[in-house]
Amino acid sequence: MTESPAAPHAESPAEHKAEHKAGSKADSRACWPLYEVFVRPRRGLNHVHVGSLHASDDRMALLAARDLYTRRNEGVSLWVVRSDAITASTPDERDPFFEPSGDKVYRHPTFYDIPEDVPHI
Amino acid sequence: MVTAEVAEAVPAQTPEDRFEAVIAAEQRIEPRDWMPDAYRATLIRQIAQHAHSEIIGMQPEGNWLTRAPSLRRKAILLAKAQDEAGHGLYLYAAAETLGVDRAELTEKLISGRQKYSSIFNYPTLTFADVGVIGWLVDGAAICNQVPLCRCSYGPYARAMVRICKEESFHQRQGFELLMTLMRGTEAQRRMVQDAVDRWWWPSLMMFGPPDADSPNTARSMAWRIKRHSNDELRQRFVDMTVPQAEHLGVTLPDPELRWNEERGGWDFGEPDWSELTRVIHGQGPCNTQRIERRRTAHEDGAWVREAAVAHAAKRAAEHAAAAAAAEQHTEQENGK
Ligand SMILES: [Fe+2]
Ligand SMILES: [Fe+2]
Repeated sequence: MTESPAAPHAESPAEHKAEHKAGSKADSRACWPLYEVFVRPRRGLNHVHVGSLHASDDRMALLAARDLYTRRNEGVSLWVVRSDAITASTPDERDPFFEPSGDKVYRHPTFYDIPEDVPHI
Repeated sequence: MVTAEVAEAVPAQTPEDRFEAVIAAEQRIEPRDWMPDAYRATLIRQIAQHAHSEIIGMQPEGNWLTRAPSLRRKAILLAKAQDEAGHGLYLYAAAETLGVDRAELTEKLISGRQKYSSIFNYPTLTFADVGVIGWLVDGAAICNQVPLCRCSYGPYARAMVRICKEESFHQRQGFELLMTLMRGTEAQRRMVQDAVDRWWWPSLMMFGPPDADSPNTARSMAWRIKRHSNDELRQRFVDMTVPQAEHLGVTLPDPELRWNEERGGWDFGEPDWSELTRVIHGQGPCNTQRIERRRTAHEDGAWVREAAVAHAAKRAAEHAAAAAAAEQHTEQENGK
């Protein structure tokens, strides 16, 4: 366990693997496509990304997601989506991409000074 | 919110700077962030080894599935084995975010190029072993895994949070099983003691070699992959386990075990590290059997994987044909 395995470094390891584009080294070797799994924990809450799995088709992905991610009543609804169908922002462009919101402090309520004695605001 | 934006906006000129800043700020590295090659390689090795351990770890207990003494115990054991399979899958998924492929990792496991925890190379001789594995082996795993929930690599940390939530049931069902046996006959109590005698030292070895022989620990700790050294975790495990053993009424097979008032912890004897080395290098009692079983399961499952792909292709073709027919129908309708 002392030497490191010859880990092949895929050109662009995926974020949620959302960017495992067809044709990347990792995908071409997997026999089943990758799916991302989203669970709605309770009524009234959003579906939340919980992880991923490989499945041969959508139906199997849904069944496997049930067995893998909701063994203890973790959810009332499940979404599965092919990872290669997700479009994501890239970390390289993160700063410029989100930059428009960086200098707009006036979008936050704390930007405005209101006297202490004004109620309910 | 405002604070989050400020934290994200830490200025960093080079990718290395940014990586170091994220680690220092106790934030998480995410898959497509730049990371040092050695950080990536260390994580791939550790997560793969961890995933393999969960998968191979189903075998020792699986040995007793068909011979569980009651339907209740059988259902519990099945649920536990299913959890371990799930743990393996969460971890393979985390490893895949680093650019490796699960099929490739499985190949490395069955060809012996990647390891799994040494503990699973010991045999389960009686049903008491099922209880002792839950109590000691899952107990040790919990000690190891709880700090990993704060690991600097996001997908690994998130997988560990999920896993830790599930491990508590594993340990408790084991302890409860042992309590039941200890309330039974003299023969049953002897069975428990025998299992404890066989599993105690291998459980201590689960934390890895002593710190002095663990050269990569310092780097892993600097990267916040690891939070505590092997010896720290081993000590924590002993301190947690001794009172549990007393409660159970079993003797831990270590004549040097005694309370150290000064440092507020239990002193304990030195595990036989040559045994750990032997087991890691393939000479444990069950190494060959475990890998052979995994290989057979993988090869026997090949037709299922192929059939699923064929079925998916057939369904896709049917859908495409139905869609084409519907479109043609619409065109005809519109043409009227
Ligand atoms: Fe586990
Ligand atoms: Fe477990």
